[in-house]
This record gives sequence, structure tokens and C-alpha cells, in this order.
Amino acid sequence: MTQPLLKVPLLQVDDLHIALKGESATYNAVEKVSFEIGRGEAFGLVGESGCGKSITALSVMGLLKRPLSLGGGRIVLDGEEIQDASAAEWRRLRGKRIAMIFQEPMTALNPLSPVGRQIAEMFVLHEGCGWNEAMDRAEDALRQVQVPSPERRIRDFPHQLSGGMRQRVMIAIALACGPELLIADEPTTALDVTVQAEIIDLMAELCAAKGTAILMISHDLGLVANMCKRVAVMYAGRIVEQQEADAIFATPRHPYTQGLINSLPRLGERSRRGRQRLQEITGTVPSIASYPAGCRFNPRCAAMTEICREVSPEITPLPSNGLVRCHHHG
Amino acid sequence: MILVLGRRLANVIPTLVAVIALVFLLFSVLPGSFISGMNEDGRTTIDPQVMERMRKEMGLDDPLPERFAKYLAHTVTGDLGKSFRTREPVTFLIGQRVWPSLKLVFAAMSFAIVIGVSLGFVAALKPGSLLDTAAMVGAISGLSLSQFWLGLMLMYLFALKLQWLPSFGYGDGGLTHLILPAVALGVGPMALLARTTRAAVLDVLNADFVRTARSKGMSERRVVTWHVLRNALVLVVTIVGLQFGSLMGAAVVVEKLFAWPGVGSLLVDSVFQRDMPAVQGCILMIVIFFLAINTLVDIAYVVIDPRIRYGR
Repeated sequence: MTQPLLKVPLLQVDDLHIALKGESATYNAVEKVSFEIGRGEAFGLVGESGCGKSITALSVMGLLKRPLSLGGGRIVLDGEEIQDASAAEWRRLRGKRIAMIFQEPMTALNPLSPVGRQIAEMFVLHEGCGWNEAMDRAEDALRQVQVPSPERRIRDFPHQLSGGMRQRVMIAIALACGPELLIADEPTTALDVTVQAEIIDLMAELCAAKGTAILMISHDLGLVANMCKRVAVMYAGRIVEQQEADAIFATPRHPYTQGLINSLPRLGERSRRGRQRLQEITGTVPSIASYPAGCRFNPRCAAMTEICREVSPEITPLPSNGLVRCHHHG
Repeated sequence: MILVLGRRLANVIPTLVAVIALVFLLFSVLPGSFISGMNEDGRTTIDPQVMERMRKEMGLDDPLPERFAKYLAHTVTGDLGKSFRTREPVTFLIGQRVWPSLKLVFAAMSFAIVIGVSLGFVAALKPGSLLDTAAMVGAISGLSLSQFWLGLMLMYLFALKLQWLPSFGYGDGGLTHLILPAVALGVGPMALLARTTRAAVLDVLNADFVRTARSKGMSERRVVTWHVLRNALVLVVTIVGLQFGSLMGAAVVVEKLFAWPGVGSLLVDSVFQRDMPAVQGCILMIVIFFLAINTLVDIAYVVIDPRIRYGR
């Protein structure tokens, strides 16, 4: 588990920068982000909204839109740099080798097109099927994501399905052509809690069966740690800590990660220790135009010292095969 | 579908009654009548006794509510009365005019849809480009131009100077006489459609499902034809419907200008002469056309958008 990767990793993101062009200046919305995902591995990216996790995912899909653009760094898929791929090359990658599930199942499907057709498009686009054959395969795909009576459902429109069913359709679309990497951007945030677990289990199960790697993006550390082998925590455009999922709960090294874990409510806590306030991280995420000098977490950090305000901390490798970006990771 | 029509129809009847009542009221407030108007041009003088007799014959001396009730009763049976001016049944007068009017309105709308929607589309796919700017400047100019002035300019250029097309009239009903008035009438809706289409397409291009479509790895052309087109159409249809419906009324100016024998010019002539039955008939015709187009738009919604299902 912890031995160095001998083979080329499936996805390698190296020193990724994403530029945000503002009215008067250009900011780095994402800075110095590096991580690797092995074949079939589930990797989690955790952070608050606005920390840059979603646009990191979009950059891997080549879907950054103005005012965002790639500011530097490499994205390597199976040994091949793809960050400068042409539109035609991206078309062959997207959907076929890297697929993505989005947060909002309500709006991520075309409201005027039957869901069967929206799945079938994948087979038409990437496997040269005719529409009839593609529709048959779409029915199978719906069956695989456990949508009841798929033969009727393929003719349904998105508004006729529940949120959970729509997200199943999204999963069917994403996994239709057996991609090597599935990016799931907050796939359950918009769903009922009871449905969340079903969707996560389904995703994990199908990906394990097909050997698909997952890049799971969420603000929910608990959820990500459950599903992924390794987890990276992002704060204000940078990765601040990366560890194996178990280790990050047992020994979080960055004060931000510690704060995240302490702010998780625990079932049964109240009966054991009486009524208590949930721990929170004081302060708010700084806006991109006003990131503080030095460590970006310093205004909210309890362990802050002089150096944190002046010097931006570099990445420190941890003995347990993780890394942390903090002056006081002791 | 039948439910849509039924619901529409239930709305149509009160609307029509209200419109008739309004016109009745307006005409009772306006000074003068068909008969007093006959003396105004100063060329004819009519014996006061004759005027009295005519007034009685035409029912103009009945109290307003009574006239209104009578008119309604006749309208229900399809009898719109006789024109004061020509003594012909109003239904016959309008019958002669409906076809040219429809021809003009449909030609103008086809022009507006074909040019306007395609301009809007092209502009939206390349926002900020020279073509986009040019199309939108054109659209704003088109919206600001008065039909009257534009009609005159078209006549001047294409009829007088270039002598490509006849300047006015219906001719034998052929295409050459139709082009200039149709363009004059269609430029306004065309400009509006170009702007609406552009806005609708840009809106849809930013939708989440378009991002999904791109993430599937399809070309921009397929994204547009498979996912953007139909969604943008929903919005465009609304504007087409509204413009189309009001076009018959808006045609009054253009019909008069080009001496087009449509319902609009009949209406203008009838108003000048206080020819009440004819005015009523024309307005009724225009309102019915408006309502009919609205019904068609409602049906179009049901066909285009599966989320809209009436009665269920």
C-alpha cells in the first residue's frame, strides 16, 4: 500500500495553476496543486466551497471556461500530457477515458430529451453505434445503475425522475463507455441523506467492478474518507494536507484539517458528554483577491506565529507517505 | 390537446365580449356619427328629415345598452350587420380582405423568423465577434425604425430608383407586390427575434446540461444541434407568438401606406367614416386572429417541451 508506485499512475496532476482573470488583475484560483491517482484507485479532494476543488476537476476535463484558464502545470493521463490537447483530442478523451458526474442532477440533464437518448449519445459518439443499438445499450446501462423497469424509463424525461434516479442516470452516462477515470463533483450534495449512501455505494461498486479510478470531490470529509484510499485537503487554492484516509482521521497534521475533523458532529456525543457546542473554525474563507501573505490559513489558525504571516509554507513529506503544508505540523 | 383548445375557447368568449363592449363605449364617447359625418365634407347637404330616418334605420338612436345587446345577439349567429357605407354585409366586406391580410402577415412573419432567428443564432455562437456586433446594431436599428418611414424608403429605393418592384397595390396577388410591404412590416419582429434568439441561445449555452454535453466529448456543433437548439426554441416560440398575434393589428399602417387591400386599411377607412359595423367587424377579426395564434403557440409548447402537459 505504501510502497512507491512503480508503474505510471493513471492521472498525474503536477504543479497545477488555474488563473482567474479579474477586471484589473489576474489571480491564481488554484496554485501548486499536485496529486496522483493510480489505476482503479479512489482519491478524495476535500475543501470548503470556493477553495478550488471543482475547477481543479474541470481542468482535468479540459472544461475551464472564461474567466478561468490553465495558468501552468501538467496534467498527465497514463503517461501522456493532456493539458494542451486540441479540441479534437479532448473530444476523444472526454466521456471515453475521463468522465464526470456533476453536483446538480436537476439541471445537469437536458430537460427536453428522454434520459435513454442522453445515455445512448455516449455509444453513438464513442463507439460508432446506430441509434437503435445505442438505445438498447442505454437500457442495459440503466439496468446496471439499478433503475427499476429500465425499458420504460429510457423514454422518461428528466423531470419525471426523482433526484436520486437522475443521479443514477448521470452515473450511467458517465460509466457508459467504461472510462479509466471518473470525476465525481459533489455527486450527492443535492440529494436526500437516505439516497446519498445508495448513490455512493452504487458508484463505488460499479467502479470497482470495472476498475475505474475515482476522483471524488466533496466538502464532506467523512464521506470522502469512507470511500477513498487517499484524501487531499484543499484550502484557498492550495493542497494543505494529503494522507491516507485512516491516517487523516487518526492524526490530522494541518490545523485546518484538525478543525474540519473537530467540527464533525458525532452521534451519541450529547448523551455521553452532555450538551456542547459544535467546534467550528473561526473566521471565514478569505476572498481570492485578498489572500493573506504567508500561510493562507494564518488569520484563522490557533497555532499561528510570526513566520506564518511572512513565509508561505512549503510542502513537507510525512513519514506515513503523506504531505502537509504547514510550518507547525509537529 | 383537446383540453388546451377547450380551455382556450373558454377564455376567448369573454375576451371577445369585452372587446366589443370597449369599442361600443369608445364610439359613444367620440363626437360625430356616420350620418353627421356625411355633412362634414361640405359637398353634400342632407335633409334633416332624411338624416332622422337614416338614424332610425341604422338603429343609431337606440340607447347604448340596447344596441350592444342587439349587436351581441346578431354576432352570435354570425351576422355582423351591414356596412353603413356600402350597405354590404360586413362579413362579405371582411371576407374579401382577410386573404390579402393573412398573406401579408404570414409573409412578414416568415421573413422575420428566417432572418431574425438565424441572425440571433449566428450572433450567439460567436459572441463579441464582428458579426455579432453588426447583427445586434442592425437589430436595434430595426426596432427603432418606424414602419411608415421604412416603407417610404423601401418604395423610394426599390420602386422609384431601382424600379425592381411595384411601389404599391395588390396587383394580381403575386409575389412582387407582396415583397415591399412584407419587409416593411417584418423588420420590427425580425429585429426583436434576432435579439431574443441571441439571448436565449446564450442562456442555454451556459446551462449545466450543456456542460454535461461537453463532458461527454461531443463537438460544439453536436452540442448545439442536440442540446441547445430545442431548448432555445421554447423561448423563441413565445416571442414569435406574441409578435405574430399583434402583427395583424400592426399591419394597419403598412396596409394603408402600400394601399394593400387588407383588413387594416378597411379598418382605417371605416373609422374615418364612423362606419360602426365595419369597425367592429375588423377589430373582431384582428382579435380572433390574435387569440388563434396564441392557441397555436400553446400547442407548440406542448409539442416542444415535455414538461408542459395540460390537464394532468
